[in-house]
Amino acid sequence: MPLLSFRNVSFGYHPARPILQDVNFDLRPGRIAAILGPNGAGKTTLLSLTLGWLSAWTGEIHLSGNPLRALPPRERGRRMALVPQAEHTPFDYTVLEYVLMGRAPHLPPLEMPTAQDAEIALSALEQVGLDSLSRRPVPQLSGGERQLMLLARALAQLSPSHFSLPTSHLLLLDEPTAHLDLHNKARLIQILRQLRDSGVTILMTNHEPDVVLAVADDVLLMEPNRPPQFGALDEVFTAEALSRVYKIPIRLVQVNGHKQVIWT
Amino acid sequence: MRRSFSLLILALLVIFLLSALIGRYPAPGFLPLNQLADDELAQRLLFNLRLPRLLTALLLGMTLSAAGMVFQLLFSNPLVEPGFLGVSQGAAFGAALSIILGGSAFFTQTSAVFFALAGLGISYLLAHRLRYGGWVLRLVLAGIAVSAFFSAGLGLLKYLADPLTQLPEITFWLLGGLASLTWGKLLGVLPVVLAGLALMFLFRWRLNLLALDEQTAFSLGVAPGRERWILILAAVLPTAVLISISGMVGWVGLIMPHIARRLFRADARFSLPASMLLGGIFTMLCDDLARTLLAGEIPLGILTSLFGAIIFLVLMARHS
Repeated sequence: MPLLSFRNVSFGYHPARPILQDVNFDLRPGRIAAILGPNGAGKTTLLSLTLGWLSAWTGEIHLSGNPLRALPPRERGRRMALVPQAEHTPFDYTVLEYVLMGRAPHLPPLEMPTAQDAEIALSALEQVGLDSLSRRPVPQLSGGERQLMLLARALAQLSPSHFSLPTSHLLLLDEPTAHLDLHNKARLIQILRQLRDSGVTILMTNHEPDVVLAVADDVLLMEPNRPPQFGALDEVFTAEALSRVYKIPIRLVQVNGHKQVIWT
Repeated sequence: MRRSFSLLILALLVIFLLSALIGRYPAPGFLPLNQLADDELAQRLLFNLRLPRLLTALLLGMTLSAAGMVFQLLFSNPLVEPGFLGVSQGAAFGAALSIILGGSAFFTQTSAVFFALAGLGISYLLAHRLRYGGWVLRLVLAGIAVSAFFSAGLGLLKYLADPLTQLPEITFWLLGGLASLTWGKLLGVLPVVLAGLALMFLFRWRLNLLALDEQTAFSLGVAPGRERWILILAAVLPTAVLISISGMVGWVGLIMPHIARRLFRADARFSLPASMLLGGIFTMLCDDLARTLLAGEIPLGILTSLFGAIIFLVLMARHS
């Protein structure tokens, strides 16, 4: 059974202007799928639909065979986590307090996080390499550190009662590498692979072809005014398709056995 | 952290006891305990006048500070205070209207509560009509517009008021004060105030979640719409009923949350109770000054604004 399935989904912000039309795909468990496409093609919108934050005009979205709408909020929060591109934090929470908020869907209403939750949050920070910054106020973090912290919060959110790599859950990431330097990009790619190997399914938007080539198993290629194409990396991520979608000549070459994108 | 809270609670209790004894009877200063034992007038004074007033000051400070913290978190904005959704200006308009119409004290109080809640209701309905920005921005804009509307109405009422009798009464109400407080007034508002304080306290950790971006809160399994309204009502209802018996007491709800965050960090698990305790202490102290400093009464709102601003500036100018 697919972990996530879209059936004939359409959506737009304005009644006269649909952004997504006839979106159909099945994402199998334990895969990393990248959503690719030019600015304005609806990549982030598709993530928001998956999260249930936006409701589709038509069509059905299922998570592990259940209609997304029917999931109670806390249950949804335990199964699916979001790493947004950026987040506004007006007050100076510490990194640990912030990551601890990921435990919310596991707590009964009005309960506070326990010492065990704090342990899970710390392990999640260790996982992304931020454990030494756990007491630092969030506003003092760099853009890259913040992005890793948001990933840690998502890991804490998807963990069951003790810290373990989450399984059969869905992780949504919006441009996860946007603020990362090369070192942290490599670290993120490694973490995403580890997560996948432990059974987590990942759906992310990404503008960087090298990241997509490094981790993606499947690609959802979006174009304005056309149903998106979904398939395995090798089938969809081709020089012709990319050239057409981005409207510039793009070549794929092999360097030391790795595919590389050449676009200038 | 636990030690700081114990200290704060101890300070609150000590200040409460000393406040009960301080006053201008039999002479300016503290009422000697041995006199209290056999002076019946002193006992009645303490129980019938000082105690309800002191408890109201305590609850007023706790409520305004807690509600201010709740609003600042819900709106992710450190500049909002509990009355900004048309509540303060609505209450002021309602009180002034009743004074002009020659209403009794009870009528003035009812009218203040009614228009305070009307302010909140109109802000909410307007926010639904606005086609601009997200939930937070629309509600803030609607609140500003409703406040401006009521403050125009208040201006008109002041203009129409009899300058010798009604205008001073309106002005005194607007400056706030607890001079005419009785057990009856306090007990009338007590259930709403205690329920509001308890709800805000119980939700203290979840307030952190509601301070996040809406979509993020949603992704964490929060139902932001419903929880926000529970908390807005838990903050606004006690604020409105307390304003109706105290008049406008400014700055407590804006400044105490900042001081609490400065001393106890951002996590509302700690900063919300701290804000309550600090607000209670601060308002009791200001009210002590209001009734003892001069032979006549100084309006409480003047003192809370003055000392609130001073403490705020000192604290913000210091490096933590």
